[in-house]
Amino acid sequence: MSRAALLVLADGRFPAGGHAHSGGAEAAVGAGRITDAESLEAFCRGRLHTAGLVSAALAAAAVLGVPPRELDAAADARTPSPALRLAARKLGRQLTRAARATWPSAELDALAREFPKGAHQPVVLGLAARAAGLEAVDAAYCAVYESVSGPASATVRLLSLDPFDATAVLARLAPELDRVADQAVEAARNVADEGTDALPAASAPLLEIAAELHAAWPVRLFAS
Amino acid sequence: MTTALTGVRATARLVARDDGRGGTALPVLESDGPLALRRTRGSGAEARVMLVGAMSGPLGGDHFTVRAEVQEGARLHVGSAAATIALPGQTKGEAHYDVRLAVSEEAELHWLPEQLISAGGSDLYVTTRVDLADTSRFVLREEQVLGRVGEEPGRLSSRLVLRIAGRTVLDQELTCGPGAPGGWDGPAVLAGHRAVGQLLLARPEFAEHPVAARQLAEHAVVVPLAGPAALVSAVSPDALRLRRVLDEALAVLSA
Repeated sequence: MSRAALLVLADGRFPAGGHAHSGGAEAAVGAGRITDAESLEAFCRGRLHTAGLVSAALAAAAVLGVPPRELDAAADARTPSPALRLAARKLGRQLTRAARATWPSAELDALAREFPKGAHQPVVLGLAARAAGLEAVDAAYCAVYESVSGPASATVRLLSLDPFDATAVLARLAPELDRVADQAVEAARNVADEGTDALPAASAPLLEIAAELHAAWPVRLFAS
Repeated sequence: MTTALTGVRATARLVARDDGRGGTALPVLESDGPLALRRTRGSGAEARVMLVGAMSGPLGGDHFTVRAEVQEGARLHVGSAAATIALPGQTKGEAHYDVRLAVSEEAELHWLPEQLISAGGSDLYVTTRVDLADTSRFVLREEQVLGRVGEEPGRLSSRLVLRIAGRTVLDQELTCGPGAPGGWDGPAVLAGHRAVGQLLLARPEFAEHPVAARQLAEHAVVVPLAGPAALVSAVSPDALRLRRVLDEALAVLSA
């Protein structure tokens, strides 16, 4: 295993299309719920403990070898918003392409065949990490970091927020990222005995509701 | 019912079956301690039951369970007489309220209880697990109110799981109040709203004709789930406005 592979996978420049998504930040900025660094931090913290935790647990479980079909169904059940299910599958498809080119693997090939329209992104993230020789905790870290870094960088563009302030938000969240990554791996380890019911199902009502409203905006900067 | 230093354990059970004469019989209607079930006047083929809270609660340390089974071809409507208020108990510790619903082929269940109010200092885990058959028809309303008027809420964790023909279609958990993971009251989760609710509907027709996702109120949408079911999600400043939104949604979706 090469730990540096984690940096390649987690790099914002990894060509998997994540930059086109704001993680709900565009809708929250539009509704006046994110207006500054403080409200961005509260947004990111809420997203981390809900969507971030669920994504991280799905990704970690994929690294541990839980069948992608089961994890994808669990992701569907934890994503009531069809706009978010669609976004997760589009991101999953892009990540599948990037990961197959980067870390060729029979499992990623099989995933691409089984899900021509894309599997949920966290499931693909886990299989990509597995193909890169990384561990469950690494995939969980990627997922929790993405859950807050996406909204933070989108808010810099949407509000012309000072990038230093946005980065400071991420740094302040770091201890919580550690805790949520550990929590996600612990839940993922229970899947072997208890099935996918052991995965967390933490939800954020406003993320789900706003994602549907955002999908109907005629003009938007981000896909989700 | 058993009472110990740890709190009250109570399980109420309810079975509805087709009575063979175009109506629904209730061969099992078991109240237990604070959970009292009363049959009320039904309409047509449908039996109606009211869940009456005979004591306040659940308090810290209590563990309540309600089990309802609707057998093939039966039709049941369950409501409650008043809101359930989660309160802190004499004993430290969390309270649990589990609801287990099973609906067989060609059977129908409307589960429409009043609000759950999380009073200051309470600590409650609510779990609702629903198992449906392919041809079941189902409506469930769930409303959580965070604190009585002007009061900080307690800690409330609520999980809702819907399975249709063994496949999980919805699995959602919401945790809020003091001690909940950070950000629960922030712009991603509740943003200061004090009432959050859901309406969950399942019908075999949704497999072919899913509902179209759309906005119902400022912070309310209806969405098709990844299965023959639909979910209305809403947040509101208070219980009254939440109920209005969910009532309107139910009327539209039942039409």
